[in-house]
Amino acid sequence: MAGIMFSDRVERRATHASELAGGIEHLLSRVHNPGPSTPTHRATDPMPRPALLASLLLLAASPCSGRTTIHLEPIAPGVFVHQGVHELPDRHNQGEIANIGFIEGQRCVAVIDSGGSPEQGRALREGIRALTRTPICYVINTHVHPDHIYGNRAFREPGVRFVGHHKLAAAMAARAAFYIDKASRDLDVALTAEDFVLPDIEVNGELELDLGERRLTLVAHATAHTDNDLTVYDETTQTLWLADLLFMDHLPVIDGSLNGWLKVLDRVRAIPAKRAVPGHGPVAAFWPADAAPEIRYLSELRTELRAAIKQGRTIEQAVASAGRSERNRWALFDEFHPRNVATAYAELEWEED
Amino acid sequence: MHRRPLVFSSLLLAIALLSPSLGSGASDMPDETAWVNGLRAKFIGEKAIEEGNDVIELSAPYRAEDPALVPLQITSRIPQTPERFIRKITLVIDNNPVPFGASFEFTPDSGKADIAMRVRVNSYSYVRAIAETNDGKVHMAKAFVKASGGCSAPIGGDLEAAMARLGKMKFKMDGERLTPQQPNLTQLLISHPNITGLQMNQISRMVQPAHYVEEVKVSFNDRPVMTAQTDIAISADPNFRFYFVPQGQGELKAEIRDNLGGRYSTTQTLTP
Ligand SMILES: [Zn+2]
Repeated sequence: MAGIMFSDRVERRATHASELAGGIEHLLSRVHNPGPSTPTHRATDPMPRPALLASLLLLAASPCSGRTTIHLEPIAPGVFVHQGVHELPDRHNQGEIANIGFIEGQRCVAVIDSGGSPEQGRALREGIRALTRTPICYVINTHVHPDHIYGNRAFREPGVRFVGHHKLAAAMAARAAFYIDKASRDLDVALTAEDFVLPDIEVNGELELDLGERRLTLVAHATAHTDNDLTVYDETTQTLWLADLLFMDHLPVIDGSLNGWLKVLDRVRAIPAKRAVPGHGPVAAFWPADAAPEIRYLSELRTELRAAIKQGRTIEQAVASAGRSERNRWALFDEFHPRNVATAYAELEWEED
Repeated sequence: MHRRPLVFSSLLLAIALLSPSLGSGASDMPDETAWVNGLRAKFIGEKAIEEGNDVIELSAPYRAEDPALVPLQITSRIPQTPERFIRKITLVIDNNPVPFGASFEFTPDSGKADIAMRVRVNSYSYVRAIAETNDGKVHMAKAFVKASGGCSAPIGGDLEAAMARLGKMKFKMDGERLTPQQPNLTQLLISHPNITGLQMNQISRMVQPAHYVEEVKVSFNDRPVMTAQTDIAISADPNFRFYFVPQGQGELKAEIRDNLGGRYSTTQTLTP
């Protein structure tokens, strides 16, 4: 089923290549849906959309067969993104919740995040194959979280090199056993050691990847969303793939450092990108405008927690009160906010006064 | 091209890092099995237990947002007087790999035998605060906590930063100045990763060796106000909130020792 869908897409891609390039700005989603969204939520978006988008959405309609499907949307020439869903990882979605995709050069394809399950990894690989014959040379893992790396195994073959932050291997090593157990229980997905593929190329500072007439700049950041966040900048289209350094609609999840994250956002905000790709949210975002809600959430949380700590309020009191004004602005707020508060409180109480 | 395959031993590690969703299974319901079948005998012996909130109260979240950071507050219902006081409070987490969480010794100089801390809870479990008064009586308060994976959860965040400040400590006083002859609330923050020894590293294929605070001694002008024996259930960066009664100005001092022999101390001069 998916195979037919993809070959159909290839046809369209060929015939509408020029149209696609022209329609890209329209494809940038401005949907800020505070409620749980689905890959098709834009179908109900009242904003006018070009006809092309409508046809893409038709093609992308899920067959609801229970089988993993991939809808790779072109957001810029040679840049394709599959949109995740704003849900907790569970047995139904099998952890396939993040935005993932690829960038294609003349000589090489670079996959950016491999998916939230081995099956989604295979579907992504199939989806890429249906769109291009250019070989996959790189799989870039933007960070250690399961929804971004569990498809790794599907890409493991001669000629494919895995790329990650220099702290990714250590993070995978420290978390793998724990993650495997969690996947089996929460997702009903059986993982083994083989599903975790450590990076062949470790990025410390910056690294350039040449895809053939297309250069990607990878930057390994200091601790922010996690301690192993990697971003990808495509010079050709000025696309900044931020992965989970940018959450939209889905509440940002702090698993590294609140202070560090704000610092990194300050830095990447200055990058003159035409668009950014969030790890959770629409397939493409205006940059840096669309970082505003996340920056607001994180800064307000920090301001309130600093005040609470100064007033001698306890972590329990902070969890009950800090940052509550953001509640209606985000999906999964109740699921992740209390934990964000606890994590951030434990970090901020060590700040020097 | 070389790739390092990960090799796993079949250590059964428990659950739940990023997702607050919690486990299903046999242990979802409050369950006294572990307590009845051994823990009671181990921690209390044959003595009678007075259950209830007359002497001691325990508050804990029913559902823990973060199993590695579960805030507990133990509140005493009697003042610490030389005639009658709480001598010791033992914290037991029934279903943890090491059920003994900590024990805290108090004196009349403590003023109030309250203690708050953050702990790791590894599976759905009763948490118990067992108080022994100076007359030898045992009082117990308990709370059921739904959490899982607290002990085996990988050390998240920024371990490097945490290791860099290992042993750093500070007191945070509740007010600007001391109030003599009255219980004064203070908080002791200890920077220590408190590694449980249950977190497995897949590269070394080894369990990260346990490295945790074993003893905490707090005194004011050399008179002990709170002494604790602690174990791996105490969260990373141990944090204790408690009272002491100063007679006047003086030095509040904390000394800690970890299981690898590391010793650290801090002193703060306080004035009324
Ligand atoms: Zn993430």
